[in-house]
Amino acid sequence: MAAQGYEAIQRNPKYQELVRTRSAFGWTLTIITLVIYLGFILLIGYAPKFLGIPMGSSVMTLGLPIGLFVIVSAFVLVGIYVRRANSTYDSLTRAIVEESR
Amino acid sequence: MNRLKMWLVTALLAAAPMLAYAEGIEGGPKQATNWSAIGMFIGFVCLTLCITYWAARQTKSAAQFYSAGGGITGFQNGIAIAGDYMSAASFLGISGLVYLSGYDGLIYSVGFLVGWPVVTFLIAEPLRNLGKFTFADVASFRLGQTETRILAALGSLVTVAFYLIAQMVGAGKLIQILFGLDYWMAVVIVGVLMIIYVTFGGMLATTWVQIIKAVLLLSGASFMAFAVLLHFGFSLEAMFSTAVQAHPKHLAIMAPGTLVSNPVSAISLGLALIFGTAGLPHILMRFFTVSDAKAARKSVFVATGLIGYFYILTFIIGFGAITLVMTNPAFIDTATHAIKGGSNMAAIHLANAVGGNLFLGFISAVAFATILAVVSGLALAGASAISHDLFATVIRKGRVDEQAEMRVSKIATVCLGVLAIILGIVFENQNVAFMVGLAFCIAASCNFPVLLLSIYWRGLTTRGALIGGLLGLSSAVIMVILSPAVWEQTIGHAKGTAPFPYENPALFSMTIAFVGIWLFSKMDNSARAKIDRDGFDAQFVRCQTGIGATGASAH
Repeated sequence: MAAQGYEAIQRNPKYQELVRTRSAFGWTLTIITLVIYLGFILLIGYAPKFLGIPMGSSVMTLGLPIGLFVIVSAFVLVGIYVRRANSTYDSLTRAIVEESR
Repeated sequence: MNRLKMWLVTALLAAAPMLAYAEGIEGGPKQATNWSAIGMFIGFVCLTLCITYWAARQTKSAAQFYSAGGGITGFQNGIAIAGDYMSAASFLGISGLVYLSGYDGLIYSVGFLVGWPVVTFLIAEPLRNLGKFTFADVASFRLGQTETRILAALGSLVTVAFYLIAQMVGAGKLIQILFGLDYWMAVVIVGVLMIIYVTFGGMLATTWVQIIKAVLLLSGASFMAFAVLLHFGFSLEAMFSTAVQAHPKHLAIMAPGTLVSNPVSAISLGLALIFGTAGLPHILMRFFTVSDAKAARKSVFVATGLIGYFYILTFIIGFGAITLVMTNPAFIDTATHAIKGGSNMAAIHLANAVGGNLFLGFISAVAFATILAVVSGLALAGASAISHDLFATVIRKGRVDEQAEMRVSKIATVCLGVLAIILGIVFENQNVAFMVGLAFCIAASCNFPVLLLSIYWRGLTTRGALIGGLLGLSSAVIMVILSPAVWEQTIGHAKGTAPFPYENPALFSMTIAFVGIWLFSKMDNSARAKIDRDGFDAQFVRCQTGIGATGASAH
């Protein structure tokens, strides 16, 4: 375990960078998720007719691709976060842990 | 323990002859005995019991019982999370909703999925870095142990209870139509198997039951969706237009309809689903089964992909059922013109329509397996709340040996199993997807606010968490009781008399919880509050870096 106390780690610029960048990124992605999803919900609540607009002469409606987009966006956003975390945050964390020994 | 084992085996064997003699005398739909279904189900039970036996031999310590010793890989855990989350309510309930009202079913499935990004970005890694066995470990990291544990255990148990009811009802309905067996017997079989898996095999057995179930369910659902698409020559247009012609609501099934009657209801339901996911104790518990934060992250990625794919499948399955089940007199009750066995059976009938009797057997066995996997996860989470949070920490103040704690959790599992059986029988006539919505609302209004603020807000105090959490929990429960679903449909008051007009109270109960926690934390000037706030920095460093986190346990 860490030989140094948490105070020393808090002063480490790499730790400060990790906290700053990851928090900003995590909350940004959370807000994007909420905007997409609540946007979808608000469409359902206030403009159900919009989602029911047919695409061309098809019986398929705009609601279908929009719903699919919401589902796929969830997966893609998680993927973006994992990719960034695996490259940037993990190496920063490793460096912080090394320096705290 | 051996006596218990013998008792359980005896009980199961005693149930076997009843299976053979049972006749579907009462109202339920009579079905010819489907030997392929019974055979496949027995095969699944045998396989999982072997796994339980293997897991039981490895499960000697509390860490192995609660978290499989942290030895599950990220990929395995991702499949297990999907297996834990894709409940019978999702599979049968959502495809049934799509069958009944088309597009509306998508509202639920999208909501069930969108919680996962939030879990990834805000909860998964801190949870793994701070906790050991239950999410109460995290919530009480720097707060007063007794109060926080009681609150978290209460939130967990209420959530688990509602979720369990939905699963038991699904099990009863399914077996009724499959075996021509009495509803209560199916509920008893599920309860007994759940008790066996969890008491003997702990988290390791539960994990593998969930992994096997997830693979079976995804394969079966993929085949059904494929068969439906094949039937229409892979033309979505052909499938949807056939559905529009077949369905009594016609074009209305292609747009949001009556499920969500007004915007407040829609937002409230959405919040319950998205934040409830991040507060479900049996899901949160899964993050302690992997070795570190990186594996926790990978698990959610895998789980999100599988769950998203699964919900797309249920949508196709629901529409497939409209085209192939609704139009087939074999599946429709001639007297009422409704689907035999209720809308939850849409996917089951579709299996018969596209794959014949053998595939019907497979899907029925898979749906039963699905219920077993989910209830096992729930029972384990409920039992852990009782043994790890209430017994070991609150009652014994942490001075307890591991074996005693494990013994309590096994006794708790048996009690929960019996309770689940009773509740399953009491709540026979509720829509299962709707019951799950209630569980999500409570998780979003009590567990999630306390957990989130304990991780990210320095100002949180024990008193604030306790009062705010209890306000969230009680307001959610009270508003649910006063809502139309319970007040009118369950208690039986006249339509339109429900004091609380919305179907899901999460918008209000979550607000009450967050404001309550903030207000009572701000007003808290006690000595305890100073300890709570001073503890934040050390906790946050561990949360961010994982230094000091519990690793995979050594054997």
